[in-house]
Amino acid sequence: MSYVIIGNSVAAVGAIEAIRKVDKEINITVISDEPYAVYSRPLISEYLAGQVKEDMMGYRAPDFYERNGVTTMLGRKITEIERARKSVKLDNGEEVAYSKLLIATGGSPFIPPMKGLGLGGVMTFIKMDDAKKLDAMVPELKHVIVIGAGLIGLKAAESLHHRGVKVTVVELANRVMATVLDVEAGNIVQKALEQAGITIITEDTVAEIIGDSAGMANGVKLKSGKALDCDAVVVAIGVIPNAGFAKESGVEANRGIIVDDHMRTNLTDIYAAGDVAEGPDYLNGGVRVMPIWPNAYIQGKIAGFNMAGVDREFGGGLAMNSIELFGVPVITVGLSNVESDDLEVLTKVEENSYRKIVLRGSTVVGAVFAGKVERAGMVTGLIRDQIDVSDMRDRLLADDFGYIDFPIELRKERLGVS
Amino acid sequence: MKRVYAKEEVCIGCRLCEVYCRTEHSKSKNIIKAHKKETPRPVARVLVEELRPVSFAVQCRHCDEPECVESCITGALTKDESGAVVYNVDKCVGCWTCVLVCPHGAPQRDLERRKIAKCDLCPDRETPACVDFCPNGALIYEER
Ligand SMILES: Cc1cc2nc3c(=O)[nH]c(=O)nc-3n(C[C@H](O)[C@H](O)[C@H](O)COP(=O)(O)OP(=O)(O)OC[C@H]3O[C@@H](n4cnc5c(N)ncnc54)[C@H](O)[C@@H]3O)c2cc1C
Ligand code: SF4
Ligand code: SF4
Repeated sequence: MSYVIIGNSVAAVGAIEAIRKVDKEINITVISDEPYAVYSRPLISEYLAGQVKEDMMGYRAPDFYERNGVTTMLGRKITEIERARKSVKLDNGEEVAYSKLLIATGGSPFIPPMKGLGLGGVMTFIKMDDAKKLDAMVPELKHVIVIGAGLIGLKAAESLHHRGVKVTVVELANRVMATVLDVEAGNIVQKALEQAGITIITEDTVAEIIGDSAGMANGVKLKSGKALDCDAVVVAIGVIPNAGFAKESGVEANRGIIVDDHMRTNLTDIYAAGDVAEGPDYLNGGVRVMPIWPNAYIQGKIAGFNMAGVDREFGGGLAMNSIELFGVPVITVGLSNVESDDLEVLTKVEENSYRKIVLRGSTVVGAVFAGKVERAGMVTGLIRDQIDVSDMRDRLLADDFGYIDFPIELRKERLGVS
Repeated sequence: MKRVYAKEEVCIGCRLCEVYCRTEHSKSKNIIKAHKKETPRPVARVLVEELRPVSFAVQCRHCDEPECVESCITGALTKDESGAVVYNVDKCVGCWTCVLVCPHGAPQRDLERRKIAKCDLCPDRETPACVDFCPNGALIYEER
């Protein structure tokens, strides 16, 4: 008996920690193609900015694997699942048998076809090695084009800016972080970026990357016809689940691997969690890929418990983001940027802050906080627990909204106050 | 595990718990120096909510399955053997993900340090400072 986990990131850790709560004995093997012990992926931007050193990026203590009795096979890629033999195949043909398997392989950058992708200096930004490569290039860089103004693109832009590199971000939508931020919050973030000196071009995209005779990128041509010089291009358009090998081995997948509320795939003893999975969506129903850190940990945890024989149900993923760019914090939760007749929106706009609450009937289903984000989780809690807010409606936008606004019974239950 | 509970009917909203929390978490542990001299200024890990005539103090609940620990992107927050949810300030990068997920609004933003501050149950004391110094006995530290 042995549990095998493919991928060595946060979903894997969630699973390991849950399994070990239940079962101290069973063998756990983690196989991943990145050669590093588990690190905090979001910190690659802080690493590039020079704000966090490599030795501070470990997500768990250095003795994590030893303490949890986990065998690691790092720098190794899985190419196939041999269902009949219950084993996974490594890129060198070696096989590792499993009694239960967790696929936690995350995602890879989405790169649309365009001319010039093979040129030197064309990069993506989701792995430690990407950050190291960019870090080594920084002394030579004068101007970098970032394609995509999502969270990853903007983090890369901010980090390069901190290192003294001029950055231009090109985004197809009409604003930054358009999938999660509404117009108001998008403007606040964009203003902060532009004031810092980052150029943002919206409603345009890179049509072609141009190179010099040595095969190095030295410019881009935009769809609008505009041409820009540069010495590197970071493609940060989106992330697609690493589900290909599993799909070819018979695991049912859409965009991501489809899992039920126990993180089970369509195949017996095979589970999936994290950015690779398409799991139940809490607010919308159905299944959806939700590529965020907290969701990956929680899905991993649920998978781990169920693998170890403890029945634990996943309540569904809740979309959420917290990001701070150039000193401006922004938090979004749930249906933060959806317009629909059954939704009611309350907003408060102030000099340097913005607060929005989205209601469906008498429950909160979405929120945005920009500038002032204090105690935002109180609202996240209302969303997660679908609390009836009829009696606190007019206080939801207050900066000091808190337990004082809760019905006394609910407050007592939550806090144990007497 | 032992947790801090508030008795709202005896809380008068004097905010001394905040004062003593800041002092306990200061460098000098001296009430005057902590409030007048230290930079960065210490931040209170307990928050008094008030809407006259009701007031009470709220701090981290040291949850059984803490959302903050599961969501922290750096591993700065952990649940220790005693059950206390503690954090390693050196690892915190001020991403505010814990602020986003904590249903009790417990993690406070320390804007000068760009890191969070939250109740650690005062590891250097037998009873947390807020409980010891509340003049009205409005905070109790007990197992429930
Ligand atoms: C720059 C950046 C900033 C981010 N910031 C935030 C943030 O602030 N907040 C937030 O919530 N989220 C953030 N995210 C997203 C977050 O990092 C992901 O949601 C999270 O890492 C997903 O974890 P995971 O365990 O599912 O997989 P991943 O972290 O993607 O890890 C999967 C691992 O599996 C490996 N693997 C893939 N295929 C194979 C194979 N066939 N064989 C062996 N190994 C394989 C991969 O190489 C990788 O090491 C950020 C992401 C990036 C890139
Ligand atoms: S910070 Fe919040 S979520 Fe974390 S243990 Fe404390 S009360 Fe629970
Ligand atoms: S603000 Fe600090 S403690 Fe909170 S989630 Fe981010 S890194 Fe973790």
